[in-house]
Amino acid sequence: MIAEAGLIALWLAAALALLQLLLSLMPGLRGGGMVTARSLALAQGLLALIAFTALIALFVRTDTSVALVAANSHSAKPMLYKFAGTWGNHEGSMLLWVTVLALSGAAVALFERRIGTRMLVASLGAQAALGLGFYAFLLIASNPFARLDPAPVEGNGLNPLLQDPGLAFHPPTLYIGYVGLSVAFSLAVGALLSREVGPALARAMRPWVLGSWVFLTLGITAGSYWAYYELGWGGWWFWDPVENASLMPWLAATALLHSINVLAARGGLRSWTMMLAVVAFSMSMLGTFLVRSGILTSVHSFAVDPQRGTFILALLGLYVGGALALFALRAGTIRDGAGFQPVSREGALVLNNLLLSVILGTVLVGTLYPLLAEGLTGEKLSVGPPYFDAVAGPVALLLALALMVGPLLRWRHHAAPLGPWVAPSALVSLTVLVISLLVARDMSILSRLGLAVGAGLVPASLMPLIGRSLRRTPLATWGMAIAHLGVAVSLIGMASDSAFARETLAIAKPGDRLTVGPWRVEFRSINPVAGPNWTAIEAELRATRGGGVEVLRPQARTFTNPPTDTNESAIATAWNGQLYTVLGKARGDGWQLRLWWKPFVTLIWFGGVLMGLGGLLALGGRLWRGRRRREEEE
Amino acid sequence: MSKLRPKHQRLVLVLLVVAALIAAALLAMWGLADRAAYFRTPADIVAGKAGEGEAIRLGGMVEQGSLKELGGTSVRFTVTDGAAKVPVTYRGILPDLFREGSGMVAEGRMERGTFVADMILAKHDERYMPPQIGNQSAEHQAGKTLSL
Repeated sequence: MIAEAGLIALWLAAALALLQLLLSLMPGLRGGGMVTARSLALAQGLLALIAFTALIALFVRTDTSVALVAANSHSAKPMLYKFAGTWGNHEGSMLLWVTVLALSGAAVALFERRIGTRMLVASLGAQAALGLGFYAFLLIASNPFARLDPAPVEGNGLNPLLQDPGLAFHPPTLYIGYVGLSVAFSLAVGALLSREVGPALARAMRPWVLGSWVFLTLGITAGSYWAYYELGWGGWWFWDPVENASLMPWLAATALLHSINVLAARGGLRSWTMMLAVVAFSMSMLGTFLVRSGILTSVHSFAVDPQRGTFILALLGLYVGGALALFALRAGTIRDGAGFQPVSREGALVLNNLLLSVILGTVLVGTLYPLLAEGLTGEKLSVGPPYFDAVAGPVALLLALALMVGPLLRWRHHAAPLGPWVAPSALVSLTVLVISLLVARDMSILSRLGLAVGAGLVPASLMPLIGRSLRRTPLATWGMAIAHLGVAVSLIGMASDSAFARETLAIAKPGDRLTVGPWRVEFRSINPVAGPNWTAIEAELRATRGGGVEVLRPQARTFTNPPTDTNESAIATAWNGQLYTVLGKARGDGWQLRLWWKPFVTLIWFGGVLMGLGGLLALGGRLWRGRRRREEEE
Repeated sequence: MSKLRPKHQRLVLVLLVVAALIAAALLAMWGLADRAAYFRTPADIVAGKAGEGEAIRLGGMVEQGSLKELGGTSVRFTVTDGAAKVPVTYRGILPDLFREGSGMVAEGRMERGTFVADMILAKHDERYMPPQIGNQSAEHQAGKTLSL
């Protein structure tokens, strides 16, 4: 019953999306139409939510008469993973995607009061058109509610690597970020259709971009930490196609986040901002295509499913092509904004956008090149960290360098001397550079510069707050400073991990002593342990450094459903880094042990959280101000 | 730029964007020229398609009974695609699902007739088949997607 109810809700939502699209195409719509458009979007969001809730209910009950549940769940699984397992598979995650899309449309319909009727109706129409394609994808190519007859007694279980609290948090966060960008896309399309590209649009679009960016930032940060401790490889970023699929929308959203400020404050960069809004969501869809089609070899992707891949590719072509064609048709009607001098806030934001675009372009090329090469020459190849580090790394450093100055500049034209403002951070950078040259001679250039620029960026990011009354400083400015501080903190963590990490790999027996970095690690014992749906052998390690003692218990687990082995790393976090331990297979009369000492590695994710926090503060500030402004107008 | 009219300023910005895109393309081409690792099968390697020391990916099945433990954490095994065989050495912890008789992809380089692996890619579950092998092997299984 629940499955059928869910399916009916999904069909109804698709029908409402179609109605909403048709409504937006009717010319001369006035007040009544507006109310209809709003209620259609609301009802559609509600129906999608009902369908998604139905799927969650099926997973929680482990109803194996539903094919998806039978293939991906098991009654012996802990409740958290029954629940989160709903989106730990293709159909479920696509349903989550569509639900977020419909809810975003509903939120626009409910809260958006800043833009005119024509633009709102056109934007809701665009949002409905997006929804319609993905409803069709679900209903035709990946029905999550399909029944299985006869129903198996027990399900196949969830991939053990996914049985982690990270699953409950990481995919939904990332999806909200991905799909939140659809609103920027729809608003841009709506504004192009109604010829109303201007500051009002930017102010309406900005909270959506900020919000999506916050979710993307936190989602990527969480995913990075999850991969770090779950895969047991000690790495935090692999330049894997699926990781790139989440990085590309983030890069585009970051550029959009900055250019939209020029449009909102000064009316400039109109066409460029519209273009970025289209590109940002296109990157989200491209990411979905890459992940869902499994077309690229990846630690995330499994066997290829051509039908689904083709379907998403067709949707991608339709939406991106349509939006770009509309952009080309209407670009001539977009008016020019106010001019500015090269040395100005606008100039700095243009530089930010150019550098982010270069990074985005090189990541995109590197991610798609294997596909292109195979299509053109039949050669199979892979593009990995050597390419991305060498190509994107230096440009990112250049961007961080520009970030030391950009936020200090005034709008339009910066005339005041910059020296006193830049000198402290430049001094910090130079000092760190000199010390690193004296102390650590064998650092790579990239991590040495990363450390120096990161250190200088710490004071530089706080500089815009200096000389202001801190109580009267707008929340958005606080948010900017904190987010930029996050960039500095992450950069220092990345440079420190790549330059100073120490690794020890050994075959060890209980009683053996090993050293890694400043730690002495004693292998005390090895014991069998059991969990709800797994058994494991567990090593007990006693790590000492100075007076500090840490006990770590890395495990090698064997899951029963499906039968799979995984390593559970054990990590001890100190103020200045992490000791990371992995237990491998039995070898001869000992066990494989892999130990890492990773100085300041935690800063990478702490910086990510700071960026997200900065974004949240800015979002809060913008919403509060916008509301007050409207109240005053009324 | 102060004397530029908005229209001219717009032109300058468009030129900057074009320049940035060209720079990105050149940068990407430079990076790809010697940093893309080609995927090779044992048959390719026997046919001499992988130069000494060139970074490549090797894909194939781990031959039954070929896994030998060397000193320390090093191992040695043979990878086959049915047509040819290549010996592989690797120092480190093997992925959880590395088994004789199943598929694997390794990154590394050929050194004096042996493939020296830097990293062996994990496979996440029983149904996993690296697509590159899936295309080539008779055991191709159209498994379902199980990704995030």
